[in-house]
Amino acid sequence: MLEQLPALILLAPLFGALLIGLIGLHDRRACFPIAFTALIISLASAIGAAMRAFTGGAYNYFIGGWEEPLGIGIVLRVDALNGLLLIAIAVVAVLAVIFTIRPSSEKDTDKTAYFYILFLLLCVGLFGITITGDAFNLFVLIEVSALTSYGLVAIGTSRRCKMAAFHYLLMGTVGASFYLLGVGYLYLKTGSLNMQDINTILTTNATVAQSPAIVTAFILILVGIWIKMAFFPLYGWLPNAYSYSPSGSSCLLAPLMTKVSVYVMIRVMLSLFGLEWVFGHPGWSDLVVWLAVIAILAGSIMALAQREIKRMLCYLIVAEIGYMVGGAWLNDPNLWGLTGASYHILADAMMTLCLFLFAGILFKYHGVSEIGDLGGMFKKMPITSIGFIVGALAMIGVPPTCGFFSKFYLIRGGIEGGHPEYVAALLISSLVNAVLFFRIFEIAYFGKNPAAGHSHDHGHDDHDSHDHDDPGDAVTTAARPMREAPVYALIPLLAAAALIILVGIFNGQIIELIRLTFEIPATVVSNLR
Amino acid sequence: MVDFLLNTVKPHFNFWVYVILMMIGLWSLIAKNNLIKKMMGLAIFQTAIILFYVSLGVKDGATIPVLESYGDYAEKAEKAEPAGPEVAPPDATPAPVVVNPADTYANPVPHVLMLTAIVVGVATLGVALALCEMIYKEFDTLEEDELLRKIKALHDDA
Repeated sequence: MLEQLPALILLAPLFGALLIGLIGLHDRRACFPIAFTALIISLASAIGAAMRAFTGGAYNYFIGGWEEPLGIGIVLRVDALNGLLLIAIAVVAVLAVIFTIRPSSEKDTDKTAYFYILFLLLCVGLFGITITGDAFNLFVLIEVSALTSYGLVAIGTSRRCKMAAFHYLLMGTVGASFYLLGVGYLYLKTGSLNMQDINTILTTNATVAQSPAIVTAFILILVGIWIKMAFFPLYGWLPNAYSYSPSGSSCLLAPLMTKVSVYVMIRVMLSLFGLEWVFGHPGWSDLVVWLAVIAILAGSIMALAQREIKRMLCYLIVAEIGYMVGGAWLNDPNLWGLTGASYHILADAMMTLCLFLFAGILFKYHGVSEIGDLGGMFKKMPITSIGFIVGALAMIGVPPTCGFFSKFYLIRGGIEGGHPEYVAALLISSLVNAVLFFRIFEIAYFGKNPAAGHSHDHGHDDHDSHDHDDPGDAVTTAARPMREAPVYALIPLLAAAALIILVGIFNGQIIELIRLTFEIPATVVSNLR
Repeated sequence: MVDFLLNTVKPHFNFWVYVILMMIGLWSLIAKNNLIKKMMGLAIFQTAIILFYVSLGVKDGATIPVLESYGDYAEKAEKAEPAGPEVAPPDATPAPVVVNPADTYANPVPHVLMLTAIVVGVATLGVALALCEMIYKEFDTLEEDELLRKIKALHDDA
């Protein structure tokens, strides 16, 4: 049973989605329990599968027992790094599904079952991308997660979300097609689709490895993944898709989609082409790090210009993607950049989850979406504010949150790899984040309540009674008085906040596990601590 | 010109066609104003990639890839020498001791992959069409400039 765990991670949400299709469409109350159970099973299996990789090293799992010689088997591969990522995905999915207990598109309860089906299928896609050991299956799973995320963006009630979903679809499909084309060139030269086989052929056969077709393949794959992860010049689809999608969807999409794509890039560099091959090309590392610097600065500057919370967070994601791409390409001798980038995938998933849950709570229960409307928030919703403060401090990079440690490792990589521009961009971006979030803190702490009747065209028409307990406030007529969100919205927020701190405190162990994958002796790590 | 066609284009005719098709697709994806035309560009783009893959599997004078007795071959091959990834050209000199049956087959893998990719493409176009319909119901137009104008008006009202 235990050796079947890698398959179980994928199968639980898949069958959960089918079950919801059978039962949930008739009885909508069944949707949430099925989805929750399926994701809990996934989480447990992910922990089990990852533990085996932590203790026993990387291993393969052949679906249906079709092993190598015929070359038609579907192989899953678990190593320490993607084991960690599997757990992170499962945790984010469980927390996000708790948040959706009352789906954000409340008026449209007909869509509840479809929402959960898409939600679970997206989880299947994300787990699959992380765990697969086959270059072509990776494409299929990218498309599985992409198609479901188009649906999740378009399921909202906002008028603009369909348009956002359509643009997301065009960009996403082009990205996946570029990836597919790159895999085609790889297959042309190596005759294999199994990542390990391809890697063996590329490392042993120098004539194949140096052929222009392989370089073409790498560039096509890289550009395809960059579109998928919204790396700076290719980020156009992201802000609209994430800010106009319903809160329940964006809490799953924003923390995971881009981060998993970053993992795919690291995977492609590490175990498909091999770091020696990638960094054997002079100039590539410098070029990509400069692109990342531009991405970080552009993302931060554009975030400064936003008035809406969700849009601001979207541009921060663009900057964070710059951190990770730059870190992965630093090419420093001890691979601290790559380590930091991998750690930041986990850290950023938690931070983004926390902040998007916060934005979701504000929008879902209070109809607030603009920063200026947050006046007096700390006093009226202290618990929600705690979650937000932890998330914000992690974004800025204050110890002991995980944001501090990922920046620490990334900066270390930048210094050792000789990329002062990357270090400078990271520090500037941290300062910009500090400005951004302290502006919100100021409004939330000292600001007055917003004026009444601020227009919200998103369908929250049920005006609650005004909050009369408000002591001595001149402008007491907020359209929807702020008070604590319900428990099932607070649990995921506080859990995400706790995870941010836990991932930060246990950074040493996590880094050690990550570096297990890079096959660097643990002594280098223990010297650091 | 004729030399160019004969020496450069003809040997890789499929690949030239795929690149041209891909560029047509990308161009209409970027330059067209109508969402349906953008979608058609996407379909052409995907089809170009399918053509590329199908061209990979083609071999002159190959037969249908039906594996009859893998076990025999594996046994013999083990005795003879470990079989590497198939690279032997079909016009190889007199038969080696053990003929890998795969050498006489057209490579089925790219074709099989494309079955999956076609399904993915159809699903994508289905979702895109559904989204177009929803956009049309919402805004009464599929021209991008008009859509952007209407969305901007929506934003200014809010």
